[in-house]
Amino acid sequence: MSDEDTVEVAAGTPDRPQPFAELGLTKQEYEKIRHLLGRRPTAAELALYSVMWSEHCSYKSSKVHLRQLAPGEQQSEALLAGIGANAGVVDIGQGYAVTFKIESHNHPSFVEPHQGAATGVGGIVRDILAMGARPVAVMDALRFGPADAHDTARVLPGVVSGISFYGNCLGLPNIGGELAFDPCYAGNPLVNALCVGVMRHHDLKAAVATGPGNKVVLFGSRTGPDGVGGASVLASATFEGAGGEGKAAKRPSVQVGDPFMEKLLVECCLELYASGLIEGIQDLGAAGVACATTELSAGGSGGMRVTLDDVPLRDPTLSPAEILMSESQERMMAVVTPANVRAFLEVCARWDVEATVIGEVTGDGMLTMTWRGGTVVSIPPETAADGPVYQRPMARPADLDALQAGTPDGLDRPKDGQGLRAALLALLGSPDLADKSWVTAQYDRYVRGDTVLAMPEDGGLLRVDERTNLGIALATDGNGRYCRLDPYLGTRLALSEAYRNVAMTGARPVAVTNCMNFGSPEDPAVMWQLAEAVRGLADGCRELGIPVTGGNVSLYNQTGSNAIHPTPVIGVLGVHEDVRRRLGAGFTTDGARLVLLGTTGEEFGGSAWAHVLHAHLGGRPPAPDLPSERRLATLIAQAAAAGLLSAAHDLSDGGLAIALAESCLSGGRGCRVSLNGDPFAGLFSESPARAVVCVSPGREPEFAALCEANEVPATVLGTTGGEALAVEGAFDIPVAELRKVWEGTLPALFG
Amino acid sequence: MRIGVVTFPGSLDDTDAARAVRYAGAEPVRLWHADRDLRRVDAVILPGGFSYGDYLRCGAIARFSPVMAELIPAARAGLPVLGICNGFQILCEAHLLPGALTRNAGLRFITRDVRLTVGNATTPWTGGYHAGQQLLVPLKSGEGAYAADQATLDELEAAGRVVVRYAGEAPNGAARGIAGICSDDGNVVGLMPHPEHAIDPLTGPSADGLGFFTSVVRAFAGAAAATEAEAGALR
Repeated sequence: MSDEDTVEVAAGTPDRPQPFAELGLTKQEYEKIRHLLGRRPTAAELALYSVMWSEHCSYKSSKVHLRQLAPGEQQSEALLAGIGANAGVVDIGQGYAVTFKIESHNHPSFVEPHQGAATGVGGIVRDILAMGARPVAVMDALRFGPADAHDTARVLPGVVSGISFYGNCLGLPNIGGELAFDPCYAGNPLVNALCVGVMRHHDLKAAVATGPGNKVVLFGSRTGPDGVGGASVLASATFEGAGGEGKAAKRPSVQVGDPFMEKLLVECCLELYASGLIEGIQDLGAAGVACATTELSAGGSGGMRVTLDDVPLRDPTLSPAEILMSESQERMMAVVTPANVRAFLEVCARWDVEATVIGEVTGDGMLTMTWRGGTVVSIPPETAADGPVYQRPMARPADLDALQAGTPDGLDRPKDGQGLRAALLALLGSPDLADKSWVTAQYDRYVRGDTVLAMPEDGGLLRVDERTNLGIALATDGNGRYCRLDPYLGTRLALSEAYRNVAMTGARPVAVTNCMNFGSPEDPAVMWQLAEAVRGLADGCRELGIPVTGGNVSLYNQTGSNAIHPTPVIGVLGVHEDVRRRLGAGFTTDGARLVLLGTTGEEFGGSAWAHVLHAHLGGRPPAPDLPSERRLATLIAQAAAAGLLSAAHDLSDGGLAIALAESCLSGGRGCRVSLNGDPFAGLFSESPARAVVCVSPGREPEFAALCEANEVPATVLGTTGGEALAVEGAFDIPVAELRKVWEGTLPALFG
Repeated sequence: MRIGVVTFPGSLDDTDAARAVRYAGAEPVRLWHADRDLRRVDAVILPGGFSYGDYLRCGAIARFSPVMAELIPAARAGLPVLGICNGFQILCEAHLLPGALTRNAGLRFITRDVRLTVGNATTPWTGGYHAGQQLLVPLKSGEGAYAADQATLDELEAAGRVVVRYAGEAPNGAARGIAGICSDDGNVVGLMPHPEHAIDPLTGPSADGLGFFTSVVRAFAGAAAATEAEAGALR
């Protein structure tokens, strides 16, 4: 027997003080645990509850709002697994299912940018793997403080190198994402990683431990002290939280990743799946063994008994509590029938993956763990898995009326062609809109050989089946400025932009994932923003007729009392029936007719123009128009399938001006357009549900008829070709000049 | 024709190399790093990736794997071998090719579609091209700068063993712009850029890379025909 804090010891020493506050639990939560167990928890149990009940794992502040995202019956036909699973699974036809999810790794990426971002990729990839799918691509949505801020020069290159190191070494193409800068992210960069996986319908796996007598196998890397308490300390409170030692003291809380191990784990798991050797599977992410054992047993039929002494350790001095909380990377847990254990271990050995039986499924409904002969955990697993639910107070931010009243109407506008020209170049060279190659050139987009479109295209597009040319498209979008002005409208705008970006490739949008990045839930104004954003997403998805299949919430993104802009990042998945008919954004032919689709209003609240030219944020964001988005998406899909278009590009930040410039740069040729009405609004307004398309020569009447049939307003703008982006009566800008401005910005900032 | 594609732990572009073999009309045969068995293939491709996690040095561990114990003597005896990216690094570590691949000049991983100029169109892997031909092929590597001592570089140039060169400035600081070289008898070729990612304009920047794979198929057919003719003459 050891002197460890066993259940027996705990029962006999009810008054022993316990460090619940240091582990991030409130007094009330601690009392609730005592009540649930009928005694004080052991040290190991306290650690387990603290990580399971952390904001990161339990969604305790957001859960009451997220319920709105449960898909209605009419939307769920294509949904094979939804919210609550490791990741949602969508039927894309031809027997294929796709699983995708976006997750934050914001706090670790600020503390240690390289490893924080790298393990963010690793974590989301294991989520996808745990569903039974082969991970096939990743994307990253990144937000940093001002591009020229001193600390951005530390955080951004570190984050990018971490993603590059991990994703490239894992052999997953990086097909898109976002890069944005704003002072509100200076102390709280946002690093959101998306992964998508593909499987056959029958490959779908569940995170459940069923069948008493079945063995519980831990496989992958050994368990070490890295990331101990990461979930509870890093993601659930301020950096000055436990112990009050400040940022430096939290460094060991960031995990260290080994993408080579993860690659072996991926191939090993896929071989185990194909050989039918797994009854249930769970990845180890936040809260490690604690979370995996709790969720597997809570999701299963009975209980589980685990011998913690059998967990392979990198550091033999770890206590049971530390073993439970460790967030060592590249680990998975499987439930295997006794008859299959031998074959299971053989497959693992073939891939040089260490695998150890650490316990078995029981029928007693209890999660029991022993260590050195004593019982250190004995709990009903659902009490840890379910966690508390809070109805936190909400209040509309006090400054919102003033912010909305400060409209951009009074800002100085360009008065002539020279002014418009200067505004376009200023926007194009601004860090948010400039060429992202400095970042994306560090990512492998080619590996696996199925990448049809990748950044800087509107959406990434992957071939799924080489024979039928079935494919999937993906895009992520978010706009913190819009959401700051109105989180309800801003979230609908983020959804509509991601939806539109997917549609631009010629794909049909089918499902939504989301990553909700917000400040502290203990601030009523932040809770109001979160509630409004979730309501906007729920309403938007209902109007678009596509379900939310899963997501992630990241709270406490704030420094002192300064919260980030509310930043929901929305990912949309689309199905492309024939990737050979994909549309890119570039003007690739001369003399093609350019058509603007949609209606342009005068909408500058939260716009790139107001931000870049005037450092202004105020008024209302553009009015989302989801029925029009739907019609636009249908039109593009039909036109792409019929071969009527040679390019399509959505209009978003910076409006038509930036869309035209990007298409000229991508295709390496100019265009000549003429605008009706006020050229300033025509060029820079950010009205949604718009796109610019290039019509294939000779197909103009057909396309015009299709626009009419879909009730999409179409305005002929001009034609492609020439050496310059020319707006009649306003300006000519040589494409070479555009390129110099566009390409120069990030290298000048980051070397 | 049967072309082997080796999978090491950490190989990533093996599927792509096998697809390129298929596009070229040959049969891809998967070879496993731990097996001392080349399965009677007619040529071998060492694909890109991070074999053994690139621990120690890129390719340094892979060269000691069981499959390499078979491959090294076979390559010396004339078996056509193509090493792409990590495969090129392994060929250098195995001393089948001279020199080494070092960290990119900018110290960052580079993915870029690069223009290459064919320098030697007489190897089994480049016979379908002509000298001076320009190819557009992706480069994607962190340690892709070819390096060797001056004497070796002079020797490679004099013997026409620079198979492909970056057109214009080398993006990674490679010595003399070298993107690929061959052994002195030409059957072993190492390339830093990835021709297997340029076999179809749908998924790559061009189809210019397919020529490496069709070349070896043609060389094999030519060799088979010659053997046949020789056998006929003897009869």
